[in-house]
Amino acid sequence: MGSRARVVFWSAAIVLLALLPPVVAALKEPFYLDLMRRVMIFAIAAISLNLILGYGGLVSFGHAAYLGIGGYAVGILAFYGVYSGWLQWPLAMGASALVALAIGAVSIRTSGIYFIMITLAFTQMLYFLGVSLEMFGGDDGMRIKTRSQFSGLVDLSDPVAFYYVVLVLMLASMYLVHRLVNSRFGMVLRAAKSNEARSRAIGFSPYLYRLAAFVIAGALCGLAGALLANHTAYITPDFMHWTRSGEIMFMVILGGIATGAGPLLGAAVLLVVESLLAGWTEHWQAILGPLLILSVIFFRRGLAGVLPGARDG
Amino acid sequence: MADALLQAYGLCKSFGALRASDSIDFELLEGETHAVIGPNGAGKTTFISLLSGDLRPDAGAIRFAGEDVTSLRSPARARTGFARSFQITSIYRDFTALDNVAFAVQAHAGHSFRFWRPAREESALRDPARRMLEEVGLGARADVPAAKLAHGEQRQLEVAMALATEPRLLLLDEPVAGMGSDESQRMVEFLTRLKGRQSIILVEHDMDAVFSLADRISVLVYGRIIATGTPQEIRANADVRRAYLGEDAE
Repeated sequence: MGSRARVVFWSAAIVLLALLPPVVAALKEPFYLDLMRRVMIFAIAAISLNLILGYGGLVSFGHAAYLGIGGYAVGILAFYGVYSGWLQWPLAMGASALVALAIGAVSIRTSGIYFIMITLAFTQMLYFLGVSLEMFGGDDGMRIKTRSQFSGLVDLSDPVAFYYVVLVLMLASMYLVHRLVNSRFGMVLRAAKSNEARSRAIGFSPYLYRLAAFVIAGALCGLAGALLANHTAYITPDFMHWTRSGEIMFMVILGGIATGAGPLLGAAVLLVVESLLAGWTEHWQAILGPLLILSVIFFRRGLAGVLPGARDG
Repeated sequence: MADALLQAYGLCKSFGALRASDSIDFELLEGETHAVIGPNGAGKTTFISLLSGDLRPDAGAIRFAGEDVTSLRSPARARTGFARSFQITSIYRDFTALDNVAFAVQAHAGHSFRFWRPAREESALRDPARRMLEEVGLGARADVPAAKLAHGEQRQLEVAMALATEPRLLLLDEPVAGMGSDESQRMVEFLTRLKGRQSIILVEHDMDAVFSLADRISVLVYGRIIATGTPQEIRANADVRRAYLGEDAE
């Protein structure tokens, strides 16, 4: 893929996303604005998972944990009357980073199926912790009455303003991961995925590098959780359910692991197809499942592998 | 007489009932090329892996440049100056040849907690890597993905990576294994040029290569070193002849 194809792809993607609000307003179809905002929020979660799964080879089956922590950070602060996004969002990211540090410190010592199971187990623990928090709605979760406030800078209760905030943060996340994976740090991460024995033989112990990536990915997904809580104006333990972890993982794989645009493409296709099918039949999952299996069989390198210019960030 | 760079005392390693290394004493002098030969299954790769830190000995000690390195694992040993090639080529197959070597240069350039600047644009990594590729004869193949290189080229690449870490000791596990005669001749010529400025421990089956490269040879049979000496001494040694005639027709 030449660099021209890449410039064309990214320019087209950014222009399309930036023009969506006026188009949707002209067509009087606000549903699509809502859908695309949801897509981009999940894209951020998938971008963060792609950093560790795609580039680092760490198949975390518990990434939804950080969606939940980010969401609960916003919800709990709002519950106590703290609405400032300047506090909520950094706290969402910081708490997610801390939990990722604890989970990563233990699980990165394992590999393969054990790593998958341990990350899953930790996230299930957090899920049941959420269920047990009666004060914050327990199983049912709780409504968030007021969206995060940014002292006059931007008003998230305006759906269009919120849309652009999400767009900017998603593009920034893509750029961040793009820089990370091409830096010296990123080379260590990718090399350890490619051939760990060789990395050790030339002097790298991958553990700390992987842990650092795991923490960065957790913080970024915590931001996605804070956005998701604002998007749904609701927070429930379902944010952390293992099927949610599976969805994020599927977005990464469907879009193309270790590609720049893959997480966005995967999130877009999965959520758009899901909403189309759900509008058509209540048995939409029975159709979505086989479609996903076929797409994995036919797009081995993911959707980004078949779109010129989409492979690199 | 040069000083000893590496000394091993009483190294033992068993896999179940199999004694792959049986109280091995070994010494490598600074700047020496020391070959380890022996019949198949004699424990040569086990010995290299004990030295590189990929395996831990059941007993014994290893001193390197005056320091006890027995308890160090392979990454830590690599940072003190060990570099190895594997019997089965171990490279980053999805990186280009240049990326492979540049990454080895990076390994030698301190910690890699540098998160922002693109590593592929750092001339401090790329320039030495290019020079190293030129030196092993892969200069024209720099931008080819390693997986697409010919077998012999991949072996050369692995040696280039080992050298790019500026090691004090190079451990080569059968560097000419599986090579055509032209390729293997080029590799031997290259290693000959390293002789004297690089300390090398070489495990090899190809006797022509061993006798033309080695300053000293140790013969390993059933996990024991039965003889150590110059190529002439080894050629004349009755035990060695018996071990080879009995076990292996090479």
